[in-house]
Amino acid sequence: MKKTLLALAAAAAVMLPAAALADGHGKTKACFIYIGPTGDFGWTYQHDEGRKAVEAEFGDKVETAYLENVPESAEAQRPIEAFARSGCNIIFTTSFNYMDPTNKAAGKFPDVKFEHATGYKREHPNVSTYSSKFYQGRYIQGQIAAKMSTKGVAGYIASFPIPEVVRGINSFILGAQSVNPDFKLKVVWVSTWFDPPKEADAAKALIDQGVDILTQHTDSTAAMQVASERGIKAFGQASDMIKFGPKTQLTSIIDDWAPYYIERVKAVMDGTWEQQDVWHGMDHGSVKMAPYTNMPEDVAKMAAETEAKIKANEFEPFTGPITKQDGTVWLKEGEKADIGTMLSMNFYVKGVDDQLPK
Amino acid sequence: MDIAVLISIIVSVAVSATPLLLAATGELVVERSGVLNLGVEGMMIMGAVAGFSVAQATGNPYWGALGAIVVGALFSQLFAFLVLTLVTNQVATGLALTILGLGLSGMIGEGFVGQPGIKLEKLDIPLLSDLPVVGPLLFSLDAIFYASIALVLAVWWFLFRTKTGLMVRGVGDSHTSAHALGIPVIRIRYLAIAFGGACAGLAGAHLSLVQVPQWTEGMTSGRGWIALALVVFASWRPGRVLIGAYLFGAVTIAQFHAQASGVPIPPQFLASLPYLATIIVLVLIARNRRLTMINTPAALGQPFVPDR
Repeated sequence: MKKTLLALAAAAAVMLPAAALADGHGKTKACFIYIGPTGDFGWTYQHDEGRKAVEAEFGDKVETAYLENVPESAEAQRPIEAFARSGCNIIFTTSFNYMDPTNKAAGKFPDVKFEHATGYKREHPNVSTYSSKFYQGRYIQGQIAAKMSTKGVAGYIASFPIPEVVRGINSFILGAQSVNPDFKLKVVWVSTWFDPPKEADAAKALIDQGVDILTQHTDSTAAMQVASERGIKAFGQASDMIKFGPKTQLTSIIDDWAPYYIERVKAVMDGTWEQQDVWHGMDHGSVKMAPYTNMPEDVAKMAAETEAKIKANEFEPFTGPITKQDGTVWLKEGEKADIGTMLSMNFYVKGVDDQLPK
Repeated sequence: MDIAVLISIIVSVAVSATPLLLAATGELVVERSGVLNLGVEGMMIMGAVAGFSVAQATGNPYWGALGAIVVGALFSQLFAFLVLTLVTNQVATGLALTILGLGLSGMIGEGFVGQPGIKLEKLDIPLLSDLPVVGPLLFSLDAIFYASIALVLAVWWFLFRTKTGLMVRGVGDSHTSAHALGIPVIRIRYLAIAFGGACAGLAGAHLSLVQVPQWTEGMTSGRGWIALALVVFASWRPGRVLIGAYLFGAVTIAQFHAQASGVPIPPQFLASLPYLATIIVLVLIARNRRLTMINTPAALGQPFVPDR
């Protein structure tokens, strides 16, 4: 329904682009491409909160539009270009595999600014990339998991084997091993970002296989509910999911995109927008942690201390010594991972009980 | 592997298969009457949002399930009116119903996003549920599961053992002959479509009340399409729908277990297994032309305008 209305709106806007821009005082239009529905209460929900924050900040000076459930394939090309034609001044494409379509569209529409989340390709001067260091939060979760688990094994519901997800898994196990060097992690790939019943099935399978802590890199609250039913603890993802597991959620990584979206839309308004590649973490407030709940005080204290250290840039999860899964040394004592390896991470570190799909 | 884990796995399969079974059984009756309704996904998601919202409003998930049945049936009547009375193209209308359902449910459910729902708890059948092994496997599940099994039996009995069932199949094989015999073709098809809608609605409620008690937009994630494939997979036989739905559920669950226990098979391959299995069976069925001819409703998808 929304999609249809937007398509109609887009069609109307194509016919009247001159009218909107003629007086030079036209509104700035910020457009968003979403992978899931705004009601997923996870990844897309948080991006949409960012969009709403832009509206709240600039009032009638901006106009926003969004498209939900845009597939991560060549099909994404059409909606992105439709947005560009419809008079959007800045377009945020909020999922990894929009990378190529975004860059292609940017080549065709040099006057429109493109912002691609979680990617690394900037083939034209009007493409920026942005992401957040979610893995910082996963390190803290790993530490908590190792303290809370009685069996010493956690379950991880993963979406697709892209660097961002692999980084999260590695960071989680590194955090866990910092507390319990023998900690194990079982990974299940569900090949989707959003499919609540399937995520629930994966959660049940992991619990049946003996894990007693669940964490996820998919977008719905399904796993939290299953964990709750089965009486084990779990971590939320992207949003605070405490309502779905009041006695279950230990903490959750919260993505806060609002400051970045406001900053970039403002840059377009002021004419100061320039290409950039940002990767903010806890230090910029773009990654936050939900309250530490359902755990003893000493565990919460440890988590808060790690969080404070990461926030102050005193600690970085990917600091050596780190050994890869195959036993070779990746980082020597005290050595920090370089950004190139971080952004293209395609290997597991030691302790992950899974084979990384290629 | 100990027996408790095995039971837990089989119960997961049953939970995963139930919505597919319900929606496919409903669609089977619709297609047996000669109508192809591609709107299963749309009716299912309308059922999911209706089930969730009625359960929230009344505080009782059973009212939710009932609400889903009613909404599914009513929503399907929109399709029925278009294809039966206005004689629109069934494929296009069915697709439109799916798109409408996905959009409309998102709009209706907007206020429910981020609210935990009320779970339709499992219903232990007295005495039987205390039996070892069999008890937790068969007699300690949710009411919609029992309904789905009963429904398959009822549909089989109805289609192949009753006179009305024979009429439904007759309408699906040759609506002109049926019409000439004085059988009310249009009325039978209206009712069949309503039945299909009710089943799809209940299937949706199983998602939003049993599997994951929550409302999220698009939470059916293509299950309606799998149900449609299952009907063909089953060559329009209720018993085979049951087998197909459970096979699909079993492969889905098994591949997660394979991954979690570290079987070194690429997960992308495992994830595609349920679909591969469906395709293989479809190919096998297609090889037996005679069997296909006997079971396929001959008038499937054809428009019918009674000559008066």
